Amino acid sequence: MKTRKNEIWAAYQKEIADDHYYFARSCIRQNFFPAAENLYLNILRNELEKDIYDDARQTTCTGIAYHSGIIPFETIMTVVARQFSLMNEAGYENFIASCVTSFGIYVEVMDTWNHFPETEQKTRVALKRATGKTFEIPKNLVHASDIIYKFRKEIAAKAKFRLINQNSEEPIKVVDHIGCHYAKIFPQEGIGGAEYPYVLAGLIDEWGGKQVDYPERRHCCGFGFRQYLLKSNRSYSVTNSKKKFDSMQPFKPDLIIANCPGCTFFLDRWQYVIAEMKSKTYGENGYGIPVLTYEELAGLLLGYNPWDIGLQTHQVAVEPLLDKLGIIYDSGKKYKGRNGEDIGIPENPLVLRCC
Amino acid sequence: MMKDLYKELEKDVRYLEGLKSCFNCGVCTAICPAAEVSDYDPRIVVNIVQQKDEAELEKLLKSDTIWMCGECLSCKTRCPRGNTPCYIIQALRALSIETGFFIESQQGRKQLAVKRIVGEHILKYGYCVFIDEIDTEMYPEQGPIWDWLRQNKESILERLGTSYNKEQSGTLRNISQESLNDLKKIFDETGATQRFEKIEKYSSGKAKELNIEFNDGNDDYFKYLYNK
Repeated sequence: MKTRKNEIWAAYQKEIADDHYYFARSCIRQNFFPAAENLYLNILRNELEKDIYDDARQTTCTGIAYHSGIIPFETIMTVVARQFSLMNEAGYENFIASCVTSFGIYVEVMDTWNHFPETEQKTRVALKRATGKTFEIPKNLVHASDIIYKFRKEIAAKAKFRLINQNSEEPIKVVDHIGCHYAKIFPQEGIGGAEYPYVLAGLIDEWGGKQVDYPERRHCCGFGFRQYLLKSNRSYSVTNSKKKFDSMQPFKPDLIIANCPGCTFFLDRWQYVIAEMKSKTYGENGYGIPVLTYEELAGLLLGYNPWDIGLQTHQVAVEPLLDKLGIIYDSGKKYKGRNGEDIGIPENPLVLRCC
Repeated sequence: MMKDLYKELEKDVRYLEGLKSCFNCGVCTAICPAAEVSDYDPRIVVNIVQQKDEAELEKLLKSDTIWMCGECLSCKTRCPRGNTPCYIIQALRALSIETGFFIESQQGRKQLAVKRIVGEHILKYGYCVFIDEIDTEMYPEQGPIWDWLRQNKESILERLGTSYNKEQSGTLRNISQESLNDLKKIFDETGATQRFEKIEKYSSGKAKELNIEFNDGNDDYFKYLYNK
């Protein structure tokens, strides 16, 4: 029987297409976690048997430039229109944004076209004049993690590991960080809305872990766009991340999973900076708290080799998590190059324990 | 100098979408990460703007205040009257550059550095950020793992299955000249190129006034803005 509670909760759901996606990549993920998006494509294609198109012609959405104030709204609307046009040309209708900033941009642009129809017409004219292209708006537009959420049970069914600490047999304690632009701008576009974001919490619940509900759970990671980009402004960013770390530490999290590329980067790297500047570490025994993306976590549980999915490119070591999960790994292969050649190892930070 | 600043502001859909009416409750300030770490106060910004005082607006456009927001948009979720202070900030920033007022504040001047990093990377590579341009001198928080990755990037990026330096789909691929040309033509058509030119032109004048070397790329004026 459908209750009032069901009806309320229905407002926090969103439509996520079943198959046949056009994939729009993330600038930050490609650079700072360079194996993450290939892993995502492999999970969709090989584990979930979905059709997802990876287009060589796409570009940045220009979102970081827009949110830093150096390009006009008209420019990003037209770049978004070009991405839609490429999707149309490739024969797809369902658009996946691999970046939370981009996802927020795409939704904001479509919302603006709805509120100010003349801006859509101007964008059409601008795109045609600049590139000769026309476009249709996607039938379905989601963030990459929405797909992992939708198929979380299928992934659980194939997983070789669960989020259970093999030493204590207790659930792994996981912090989820959603990223402001996933649901704070347009709550109806995020699973669970802005109040009860469930896109990552649903993965934790389904895969056997325990959510960590700490006071600053919804606070921004501190990217701030121009505030991070300029060295002279960067204290804004690290201060906001530190506020979160200090708030979560008493709950002793085993893992942080992040939705947004920027957040993943900051929650990883600012732990290194705080360790070196303040001699403060947030994990156990001098380590940091490992930070993973949603597909990196899925990949680990599905049994992918951690060094094949790029976890050695994180500054915070993931080994404490691998040990808890009971994942066997070869430390000697962590820092090898292509074909297993010796390319040297990274310097150790002075304070943060890394291996 | 532009005479009617409000007339210009009201042409911006970000401003129209962002300002309904504010009753000064301050919820935006309570939730704001920028207010958390500085004396920035979005409630005051919205209150000044809705008073429609040209002189006050001009002061705002010349101030550091409008550059303190981090555009997280937490304010949009929480405003009980449907305002979005961040959208108002976006419109104010655009007008500050358009009028050249941005060079009157220390934070506003820094737009040149952002333009020379992110703006130029977009047109050169098709990415907002790109591995070849990011080193630990400019970004020390990247840490030793980044130095190791950059020093061995061909080997590591191939091991990880990327398309770095390759003309094909995939991670970190070379974006085709045709796609880069599309971006440049969009920038020309929609005002980004003109905004870049304005940022450079006004910054050149300010650098001269401050007697700091001004050319292009990472010149002394860039370093002054980026580091201090």
